[in-house]
Amino acid sequence: MAFTVLAAMVRKDLLLFFADRRSVIMAFAVPILVASFFGSVFSGSSSDAEPARIAIAVIDHDGSTISRAIVSGLQGDRNLQVALPTEDDARASVKHGRTSIAAIIPSGFGDAAGQAFFGSAPKPALDLLYDPSRSAEVAMVRGILTEHVMQAVSREMFGGAQGRQYVERMLPQIEASQSLPPDQKRLLTEMLRSVQELYNRPNQTAQAAGPGLSMPYTVREQAMTANTTAGYNGYAHSFAGMGIQFLLFAMANLGIEVLLERQQGLWKRLRSAPVSRTTLLAGKTISGTIISLLTLFVSFGFAIVVFKVRISGSVVGFLAVSLACSLMAATFGLLVAALGKTPASARGVTTLAVLMMVMLGGAWVPTFIFPAWLQQATLVVPARWAVDGLDAMTWRGIGLTGAILPTLILLAFAALFGAVAATQFRWEESR
Amino acid sequence: MLTINNLRKTFGSLVAVDDVSFSLERGQLVGLLGPNGAGKTTTVSIIAGLITPDRGEVLIAGQRLAGDTDPAKGRIGLVPQDLALYDDLSARDNLRFFGALYELRGRALEERTANALALVGLADRVGDKVKTFSGGMKRRLNLAAGLLHDPDILLLDEPTVGVDPQSRNAIFDNLETLKQRGKALLYTTHYMEEAERLADRIVVIDHGKVIADDTLAGLTGRALAVGGQRPTLESVFLTLTGRSLRD
Repeated sequence: MAFTVLAAMVRKDLLLFFADRRSVIMAFAVPILVASFFGSVFSGSSSDAEPARIAIAVIDHDGSTISRAIVSGLQGDRNLQVALPTEDDARASVKHGRTSIAAIIPSGFGDAAGQAFFGSAPKPALDLLYDPSRSAEVAMVRGILTEHVMQAVSREMFGGAQGRQYVERMLPQIEASQSLPPDQKRLLTEMLRSVQELYNRPNQTAQAAGPGLSMPYTVREQAMTANTTAGYNGYAHSFAGMGIQFLLFAMANLGIEVLLERQQGLWKRLRSAPVSRTTLLAGKTISGTIISLLTLFVSFGFAIVVFKVRISGSVVGFLAVSLACSLMAATFGLLVAALGKTPASARGVTTLAVLMMVMLGGAWVPTFIFPAWLQQATLVVPARWAVDGLDAMTWRGIGLTGAILPTLILLAFAALFGAVAATQFRWEESR
Repeated sequence: MLTINNLRKTFGSLVAVDDVSFSLERGQLVGLLGPNGAGKTTTVSIIAGLITPDRGEVLIAGQRLAGDTDPAKGRIGLVPQDLALYDDLSARDNLRFFGALYELRGRALEERTANALALVGLADRVGDKVKTFSGGMKRRLNLAAGLLHDPDILLLDEPTVGVDPQSRNAIFDNLETLKQRGKALLYTTHYMEEAERLADRIVVIDHGKVIADDTLAGLTGRALAVGGQRPTLESVFLTLTGRSLRD
């Protein structure tokens, strides 16, 4: 293979690439912009970061000690951003999507909840109005509400005035009851007398200010990555995904340019020279690989400098995955050139193909969100291996061994694409 | 220098080139004339190695042209009908690239580039991007790209399409110069006056077959013998190929 010819082909393709301002912007600036956006959305909350608060409206129609304590507890919760509008305003706000959820505490809630606390009365209902597009937040708010309601009710029932009145009213009724089984009557009476003793202690005022029932455990969360110094950085994933998306677009464009070269008669010139078909395809593959590598490196360089993305796994592995991924993308461009009939038709089909590949490859959202069958099915998508390989070498912190399989599979895809392109390429001019 | 023997090429049921034979000598310009779809471009494409013939052979100085990488292809220069140039590259970068396809590099490439640009009168626009060139300038650069590697045979497929009279005249001058330098030129055209001015011999092709191969004097002489009044090449051409529209 003639090195002079190969070098000239690569030089020419690079000159053409950098001469086209639109291509350069598409390859370098756009991936950075899009990946930065996706990264900010999917970056998750680090331990020292302020969590995103759920906007909730609370309407207290009760005004009891318990309902006021619930509202106060919700206002102090770091996960919520609480507003106290009127019910009509709250409904309108949820309807228009300005507020995720509205919690309505009905009149008599505190009294009924207190009685239900000891299991002797029906449970009162608390209304939650929610925006159906944000139903995932309902489960979170339900849990937070449970904690604050339990705290407020238990504090009042074990130390507040409402609790004392309730116990004094209930004890004679239980003792006189003919319907309760003797064992249950005895247990309830003993429990309420114990609570009464608690009320009558000299320092009861201080006790009343206690926290009430609270969650009997805390959670120690630990992010698991292969490397102890590695930490999840959403930007690492988004830059991998978007980098691959745009390098596939860039290479599809390179393939379309081959079709344009054919249309413009340039391939006649190339084919009339004493240059082998292998050299012509190799030249395109090498220039495509170089452009793809540049795209990835510029994107990751930006992510490393600006978003503190780190190659926590193996640098050699990262380079290997990047190279294999770039080679795969370059041969994908050749495939476009081989199978495309006209630049216009190829452009439409390849846009769809690239979008499908990157969507199924987990470039937009991580594949763990996919159903189990789809997670398996996407193993045949090269973009999946590229994203997984780059994730492994960056935030997952997996060593060189983690790069071997993605690299080999991407190289296999490159060989397949290259072989199909070589056999299907229209070498002869049509009439 | 160039010998074409019994070329035949079909595309499905269409016979594009049918038993075409002719030859071309050093310092000679042969005009290849024919109506649209006659088989001129297919013939040129076969000679340039772009299309494999079903039958027949192309000989360069007696050697059969074989395969993509046959060094004999370096003795042929192609000036395609299309403006086969990279618009976003400068004239120099275009020629550097096309020269490298023939293994030219370093000083030799620079000298050839400068000479070719000087020949076609574009030496002062060497650094300008092709997209800033006029149609005539692009045609001249197209010619320069074809003769950059100093081929013995130049295949010119309608090289003056869409150019102004000044550029056309400049191209004619270039071709005269090349002829004087001993190059063998095969020139396809629709313009009879171009063939009249340039061609030493004229090959008329129609429906894929060679229907005449003679000098201008020979062709017009034959018509003179039949009709009595000295005809133009165009009238001879129409007599040979008929007046029915081909498009």
